[in-house]
Amino acid sequence: MSHVRAYGDTTGDGMVQLSFTLPIPAGPKADAAAALFAKKMGLDPALVVHAKGVGDTFTFFVVYGRSPVIIDLDEVMVVEREFALLTPKEVNLEIRSRLRRRLVVVGATVGTDAHTVGLDAILNVKGFAGEKGLESYREIRVVNLGAQVGADDLVRRAAAEGADAVLVSQVVTQRDAHLHHVREVADALDAHWPPGRPRPLLLVGGPRFDPAAAADLGADRVFAKGTTPAEVASYLVHELTLARR
Amino acid sequence: MTGRSGLLGLDARVVRRARRLADKAAAPVVELARTHTTVSVERAVLRLAGLQGADAEGIPWVNRLTDAVRADVGLEQGVALPVFDALLTGDHADLAALAQKAAAGGVTFRLPSGRAATSARAAARRATRGGIATIDRNRRDRDRLLRRLGDPPKPWIYLIVATGDIHEDIPQAQAAARAGADIIAVIRSTGQSLLDYVPEGATREGFAGTYATQENFRLMRAALDETSRELGRYVRLTNYASGLCMPEIAVLAGLERLDMMLNDCMYGIIFRDINPQRTFIDQRFSRQIHARAGIVINTGEDNYLTTADAVDAAHTVIVSQLLNERFALEAGLEDWQLGLGHAFEINPALPEQFRLELAHAQLVRELFPNAPLKYMPPTKHMTGNVFFGYLLDAFFNLAGVLTKQEIILVGMMTEGIVTPFLSDRDLALENVRYVRDACAGLTEDFVPTPDGFIAQRARQVLGESVELLERIADEGLFEAIADGTFGVTRRPVDGGRGLDGVVRREDGYYNPALEILEPEAAG
Repeated sequence: MSHVRAYGDTTGDGMVQLSFTLPIPAGPKADAAAALFAKKMGLDPALVVHAKGVGDTFTFFVVYGRSPVIIDLDEVMVVEREFALLTPKEVNLEIRSRLRRRLVVVGATVGTDAHTVGLDAILNVKGFAGEKGLESYREIRVVNLGAQVGADDLVRRAAAEGADAVLVSQVVTQRDAHLHHVREVADALDAHWPPGRPRPLLLVGGPRFDPAAAADLGADRVFAKGTTPAEVASYLVHELTLARR
Repeated sequence: MTGRSGLLGLDARVVRRARRLADKAAAPVVELARTHTTVSVERAVLRLAGLQGADAEGIPWVNRLTDAVRADVGLEQGVALPVFDALLTGDHADLAALAQKAAAGGVTFRLPSGRAATSARAAARRATRGGIATIDRNRRDRDRLLRRLGDPPKPWIYLIVATGDIHEDIPQAQAAARAGADIIAVIRSTGQSLLDYVPEGATREGFAGTYATQENFRLMRAALDETSRELGRYVRLTNYASGLCMPEIAVLAGLERLDMMLNDCMYGIIFRDINPQRTFIDQRFSRQIHARAGIVINTGEDNYLTTADAVDAAHTVIVSQLLNERFALEAGLEDWQLGLGHAFEINPALPEQFRLELAHAQLVRELFPNAPLKYMPPTKHMTGNVFFGYLLDAFFNLAGVLTKQEIILVGMMTEGIVTPFLSDRDLALENVRYVRDACAGLTEDFVPTPDGFIAQRARQVLGESVELLERIADEGLFEAIADGTFGVTRRPVDGGRGLDGVVRREDGYYNPALEILEPEAAG
């Protein structure tokens, strides 16, 4: 069976439920407006089962209705990350069992950029979007160098700490400063990384980076706006414990 | 008090021992705070003395002036003497004019002595008294409004707004108050805690929150005063003192009549990697200001449970509360000002989860009988199933009512998924109101079986807390923090942000605010 409709309590009934708010006062007109709204979303019949005024100027509705939508499962595409998203526990376990030591991450914002919001969102325990930062992972050691670190200093420190990965965060984009600074770090890694030791991964993050431009920047991976600590941790585990072996 | 007491049959001797150990662990830290100052403490003094505003780059004049003084004569004697000496001996209209000239390199500061020092001290005292007088007047105004408009019954319902734009926050806060919120908290922009200055003016752009500024404080308090009059009950306003500018934000909160402030003794260290010494020194001064302003502090123990397991780490919450209490009382706060924090974060898949939550919540209630406890809703186990989340929030509300928590942060079923919709907030308030009204008076029926599961679990957590406190009192609090005792991070005493802003006080250190706030200690 490759064609499906929504399922309420009988195959093919197409029943769905939704809730929404309209910026109008509660009353008979609001109820009718909600029914029309649902109908325009394609629900027919649309049953406004609950309406409640929120303050004097809003009304909240719950609607049940029949959706005519039929989807062909053969048309469904799933975009897959090349790595699995792991929980912190799984990340710790993978590092412990495969790397057999703590994974070391050195992070900084480079050059003239003083914005540490993104870096701290990924590294600080406080984290981002309800997820704790990398510091909270028992098996990850985080060295957060903060803002306005020089590329050479960053690489020197990464070598001293035995970094597995270097995180560079850039917010300021004036005259393409963000691209320039990342290339500087990539060049410094090439030039000054102690020979005979595996070069650390270079991870780049910031709101204006193109995830497809990693190779062009000399980086291993670019993370776009909205990236969470777990995505970064999962990527690190994938690259350092699985892909490289 | 001897023997066993309360519904849990806690051993009064064990409770006394826990407090003695907290006292012992806190003592060296208090000593450090009494003998050091920070750039933010000194800037707070200048704010009390009336210096406002910022330069064209948005850096406040208090920063410019403090930096200029530090460059010339250091801060070991405090900022007040050199500043007021320069003001008296030079040709400057006021502190702002002096700060502008100093920032341009046009002033050379000195440490006055003899009669010059006496005059500078008198001028600094006079100016600072002006700021303290405003704080005192605001406290009287609050008391008057509470009498005239009415103080809502407990538990107080605490709601958050966070649009990033103060002019969006205001109508949302007013709508929330009309819908039943007793306390409005304006979440700060991500990362403000790491700024070593307080932004200026009304702000309309923030990351996941709105900047804490004096003007934003003023605008929101004025709007809520209007709504309080309309509703016939006083709506309280909360913001965040934590971060690198605790002392200054505490002063601004006092000047603009905020009612509560997030102020935790270790949050900045553990979760924001702010230097431990800087945090404790800043914290003490900020709490002295809160004490004077009649502000209720909220501590942040709920955060530990979002990082660590809520069952395994239950005792770290108690230990942190006892430390927060000790530091708060030492700074002059009273029991009614201690909004000690904790949270409903045990995994709902765990058998008897609710009984465990009741045990923890009742333990906190009985350990701190006179503190207005702040109870935080589930966040870690809100999965995206908003229907289950709504149920879990109802159980949280029930636990709060049963164990007489006094400040209840309203749980959102969309926690961690999206910024709450208007309707999410309304549904959440309906949830709280239902539980509060349906279970009114149920506390008289809540009598855990003596020596039953709840009583035993509570005593076990208290026992583990005493063990941990013994270790901390023995090793030292700084060492415990460096060992990763709280949260899961190690924070060495010389690590983290802001250590360069810490200065040891020298003989002759003069701080006109401390002279007023702790007259017994003024030499």
